[in-house]
Amino acid sequence: MYKIVEKKVLSETVKMMNIKAPLVAKKAQAGQFIILRIDESGERIPLTIADYDRKQGTITIIFLEVGKTTKQLGTLNVGDSLLNFAGPLGAPSEIKNYGTVVCIGGGVGIAPLYPIVKELKKIGNHVISILGARNKKLLLLEKEIEEFSDEFYITTDDGSKGRKGFVSEVLQKLIDEKREIDMVMAIGPVIMMKVVANVTRPYKIKTLVSLNPIMVDGTGMCGGCRVSVGDEIKFACVDGPEFDGHLVDFDNLMLRNRRFLCEEEKACKCTEV
Amino acid sequence: MAVRKTKHEMPEQPPKERIKNFKEVPHGYSNETAIEEAKRCLQCKNKPCMDGCPVEIDIPGFINCIAQGDFEKAAEIIKAKNSLPAISGRVCPYENQCEGECTIKKIGEPVAIGRLERFIADYERGKGVKIPKKAKSTGKKVAVVGSGPAGLTCAGDLAKMGHAVTVFEALHAPAGVLMYGIPEFRLPKKIVEAEVDYIKKLGVDIKYDIVVGKTITVDELLHDYDAVFIGTGAGLPRWLNVPGENLDGVYSANEFLTRVNMMKAYKFPEYDTPIKIGKVVATFGAGNVAMDSARTALRLGAEKSYIIYRRSEKEMPARDEEIGHAKEEGIIFKLLTNPKRFIGDDKGLLTQVKCIKMKLGEPDDSGRRRPIPIPGSEEKIDIETAIVAIGQSPNPLIPKTVKGLKIGKWGNIIADDDGQTSIPGIFAGGDIATGAATVILAMGAGKRAARAIDKYVKSKK
Ligand code: FES
Repeated sequence: MYKIVEKKVLSETVKMMNIKAPLVAKKAQAGQFIILRIDESGERIPLTIADYDRKQGTITIIFLEVGKTTKQLGTLNVGDSLLNFAGPLGAPSEIKNYGTVVCIGGGVGIAPLYPIVKELKKIGNHVISILGARNKKLLLLEKEIEEFSDEFYITTDDGSKGRKGFVSEVLQKLIDEKREIDMVMAIGPVIMMKVVANVTRPYKIKTLVSLNPIMVDGTGMCGGCRVSVGDEIKFACVDGPEFDGHLVDFDNLMLRNRRFLCEEEKACKCTEV
Repeated sequence: MAVRKTKHEMPEQPPKERIKNFKEVPHGYSNETAIEEAKRCLQCKNKPCMDGCPVEIDIPGFINCIAQGDFEKAAEIIKAKNSLPAISGRVCPYENQCEGECTIKKIGEPVAIGRLERFIADYERGKGVKIPKKAKSTGKKVAVVGSGPAGLTCAGDLAKMGHAVTVFEALHAPAGVLMYGIPEFRLPKKIVEAEVDYIKKLGVDIKYDIVVGKTITVDELLHDYDAVFIGTGAGLPRWLNVPGENLDGVYSANEFLTRVNMMKAYKFPEYDTPIKIGKVVATFGAGNVAMDSARTALRLGAEKSYIIYRRSEKEMPARDEEIGHAKEEGIIFKLLTNPKRFIGDDKGLLTQVKCIKMKLGEPDDSGRRRPIPIPGSEEKIDIETAIVAIGQSPNPLIPKTVKGLKIGKWGNIIADDDGQTSIPGIFAGGDIATGAATVILAMGAGKRAARAIDKYVKSKK
């Protein structure tokens, strides 16, 4: 059993939890994820690691309540336990001094971006962060990320904070201003990552995206998490979650992420009283 | 008295009924039938059946006990060698093993050794399993990676020898393929749990959610334990590598079966994991996993369930019993047929598979006749769900993360017959070493490795 030792409500639908999992915390690195199961009848869901504390033996997860499991997870409180919590899974981000990096986070994708920003800064990169959300209420970790950024931008779809518009527009502006950019890291909704990759493609700027497809085991056994990258089939749980954004077939990923939408709705209905 | 030429039948759920539930298909022998069947055994002095048993059970010995009605003694004899008889008694390909060597085969059907093993295992479980006395503690510690048939057998045997054994399992449930792969109607999970429970009662500690290679490395284990056994199986699904394989509606058999078996999607929404099944389902491949998938599809409500296979019936790798059950249940076999592409609608949902007819040519490396496409014989079949069951490769997670470990052509760990790998203290066995094979061969490998590990740790200062 894995105890919830801290819980914060970040917005109406986004929650943060620190989970006691010393073995996972000992090995966790930026870019990796965990798989959890709440109880005996629960499903296994992947969540990217938002932070870790090796001394306390805790892993931070931040999640948007979208489906049955994340909604149920949101109702748990400090002192409650999760039945299963396995990780750290997937390959860590490649942290090195690229020069100037642009880190782009969209919505709840801002959470896993945080440890990457931190590590990239620590190793000496000039870090430009661009965070985006639908409105200011859905923005996360602004202060935390700003602290490790040399330049910091915010966009919201409705203009309630920062620039009105999309993260990709800020990126395009930087490129138009002839800024040297050595690498772009984008985590967020699939459509956002797709647009970012499209922006950088003509300029051949290395662009990494972190994918979060539907998973079951997370160990390379089921192939449910497969994504088309170039002309290869890759398993996001072991070959990823980060891939070259210029090679990922985002349309197929969007389609595969909708595989169980009807069933998901049914599951949510069943638990509504 | 002349020997009866045929096995005693094992009663089964009738096909029409069983395709509507996930309950086990055969019911097992009654006491009387078991005794009658046991009496067919000739008690050959040279015990040919034992040559066919990877886990070395004294087969005539336990059958003799059944014939005399001493079921408890029979259980003891089996358990002396095999810690998981309720499992092997259900999924072993006996026809190629013990029963394949049976003397009575010369005049008729062999003694139903598999059914008798199953009978005794179920009898013992019903009565309450006896835990054998443990050997004195040796003070040695062994780590076992993976709790499938190889790992469980190795762990159980080592515990009986007096070693402290910890099993590390990546998933939240034990038993590997026995839990996620083989369906409830062929191997009820309650029975798997009971067998695992027996292993635990022998003193084995099982830790879940530990992905060795990620959560902890083999090198770290080797530091804390006197030896490590790797039994992580062949979990990596193979693909057809045809266009459209990523469409919504195409599953690997592993994903399909894991969702249904381990995650209990057949009880959705009582259990949270979903599965989507179309009216027409096609399973590609003709091994046991393919039969399991096609039969599971029926039970989930598919109206038509195809097996599509590129060779002919003769080359199908599945056991005759599984093929027989599948046919009885109305699975449609489309043989000498090979998929060329999956076709989807504008929303990316699978709607059809385009196939081509094949004919058999000269034998290939595997000794089976090579299938050759017949030009112009393409056809499109309407399907909504496809399950790819053309085999698995060894899981690369561990082979990739242990420095200096010798790896074979197919990503398998190179190990000798006793499981010794290229690194002292690291042993491996089962599908991770041999590539996808059978449950009982994995159990045999676990058993031999346990003996070698025992020797190794005792020789260590
Ligand atoms: S989640 Fe099963 S292979 Fe990636």
